[in-house]
Amino acid sequence: MIQTFAFYLFAFFVIASGVFTITSRNPVHSVLWLILAFFNAAGLMVLVGAEFIAMLLVIVYVGAVAVLFLFVVMMLDIDFAELRGGFIKNFPLGLAIALVLLAELVLGIGAYRAGSLQLGVADGTSAGLAGESNTANIGVLLYSDYIFLFEAAGIILLVAMIGAIVLTYRERPDGARGHQNITKQNMRRPEDATIMTRPEIGKGVEL
Amino acid sequence: MTEFFQSLGMSYEWAWGTATISGVLLIALPLMLAVAMIIYVDRKVWAAINLRRGPNVVGPFGLLQSFADGLKVFLQETIVPSAANKGIFLLAPIITFTVALVAWAVIPFDAGVVLADINVGLLYILAISSLSVYGVVMSGWASNSKYPFFSAMRAAAQMISYEVSIGFILVCVVLYAGTFNLSGIVEAQRGHGFGIVNAYVFNILLFPMWIMFFISSLAETQRVPFDLTEAESELVAGYQTEYSSMSFALFWLGEYANILLMCSLSTILFFGGWLPPLNIDLIPWFDIPGIVWFLLKTFFFFFMFSWVMATVPRYRYDQLMRLGWKVFLPLSLLFIFLISGYLMLTRYAA
Repeated sequence: MIQTFAFYLFAFFVIASGVFTITSRNPVHSVLWLILAFFNAAGLMVLVGAEFIAMLLVIVYVGAVAVLFLFVVMMLDIDFAELRGGFIKNFPLGLAIALVLLAELVLGIGAYRAGSLQLGVADGTSAGLAGESNTANIGVLLYSDYIFLFEAAGIILLVAMIGAIVLTYRERPDGARGHQNITKQNMRRPEDATIMTRPEIGKGVEL
Repeated sequence: MTEFFQSLGMSYEWAWGTATISGVLLIALPLMLAVAMIIYVDRKVWAAINLRRGPNVVGPFGLLQSFADGLKVFLQETIVPSAANKGIFLLAPIITFTVALVAWAVIPFDAGVVLADINVGLLYILAISSLSVYGVVMSGWASNSKYPFFSAMRAAAQMISYEVSIGFILVCVVLYAGTFNLSGIVEAQRGHGFGIVNAYVFNILLFPMWIMFFISSLAETQRVPFDLTEAESELVAGYQTEYSSMSFALFWLGEYANILLMCSLSTILFFGGWLPPLNIDLIPWFDIPGIVWFLLKTFFFFFMFSWVMATVPRYRYDQLMRLGWKVFLPLSLLFIFLISGYLMLTRYAA
């Protein structure tokens, strides 16, 4: 009873906030609705017993990715009229993408219903430890059966990170390194930075 | 508590519902009271270090100062700036406050005294504390004013930076405890140090982690020396500048509830939670209840927070970022390697 109620509650909020994400005029509102959608999707995952994935969804998407979204969107000075203007032009493309996604969803659900593809059974791999929490299960699967895929994902992320650093790094024309030397700043003593003088009346201080 | 309500003749569902609601009230109401008193303690400690008297007028020793402030704030008018984005402006303090309370659901106060004893308790805390940045960011943006906006920018960058290193520090503790469950982590600390001391902090590999956790929790709760988001000398009051009355009070309460949460996390993760400091039955016929130990330890950490606040000057913003990304992040990563290597050599040696 309460499960059904909770499911419909979360599902309703996911869909409603998804709709508001698209329709709201202010991009900041859009991002906030998107965050609500993420949060409720995490609730749905808790309902199906995937509490680890749910927490990761909140930590990664709500806690980090969406904050950066919000960060960027807040600083944009957006002309709303211009934003609306592109609607007619981009509508066919958007519709095509939506149709592709819909077809894939239907196909996926159909394949799942047909029962031919079940995780960890079809290809003869283990289905994890029985009776362990799904956090432990995910760990065991990731580090045994899927270790190469897992490491490949790690390397892809590493390359992406290095790429981002290389793209934003710029050499100063004067050869100076762009950052401050904190050790040097900490080592500086008042004697190095200040001088005590006793200027005579009518005369300034020559530095 | 569900069993208790079932014994009163309720069905399981009703008993569970009543137990949960009364559990929420049993945590939230004392927490609010604790926040009120802890604000008073904060001001007193701060005053004592500055050789002042602090609040001493309202009630005996000024004990009722926080309640007087609360009443004053409650009776004020809520002012919404005309240029503000009204909905988000009013939503922001509510989010800050709610998020600060929600995280307490998984905190174990004593053996078995916890509202939701879930497997992923620590991840839940991380998830909820990553939400608390939204209150600040939303208020800063919705105020439509310069100082709050700068504050929101700073808060977003600061909290993301320190969340990363807090995450890695928590991984170290989880590696040792072997569970994400907070009660499990506390139990894993029983007799950890030489079979006598009930705390992770006396482990040579985890002690630096605790230091880093403490500093990161200062940054995460935006306390001095990391209070860049509400730096009075630069940003008036940061994201709270445009707020008045209860919406301001909600920020205030949420902030202190968060600080208490961080103190209790320090207690649970590194100082053995509700366990007594020594794993010896010194007085066989008398047991100090676990919750007393828990509250004592938590209060001690809060005292350290106040102490730091009164003694340390504010960081510069680039120093804050450097500390987060260039010092804490590599160090905590290094300790993950060290600790997992050590555990592989000893505990999991095949």
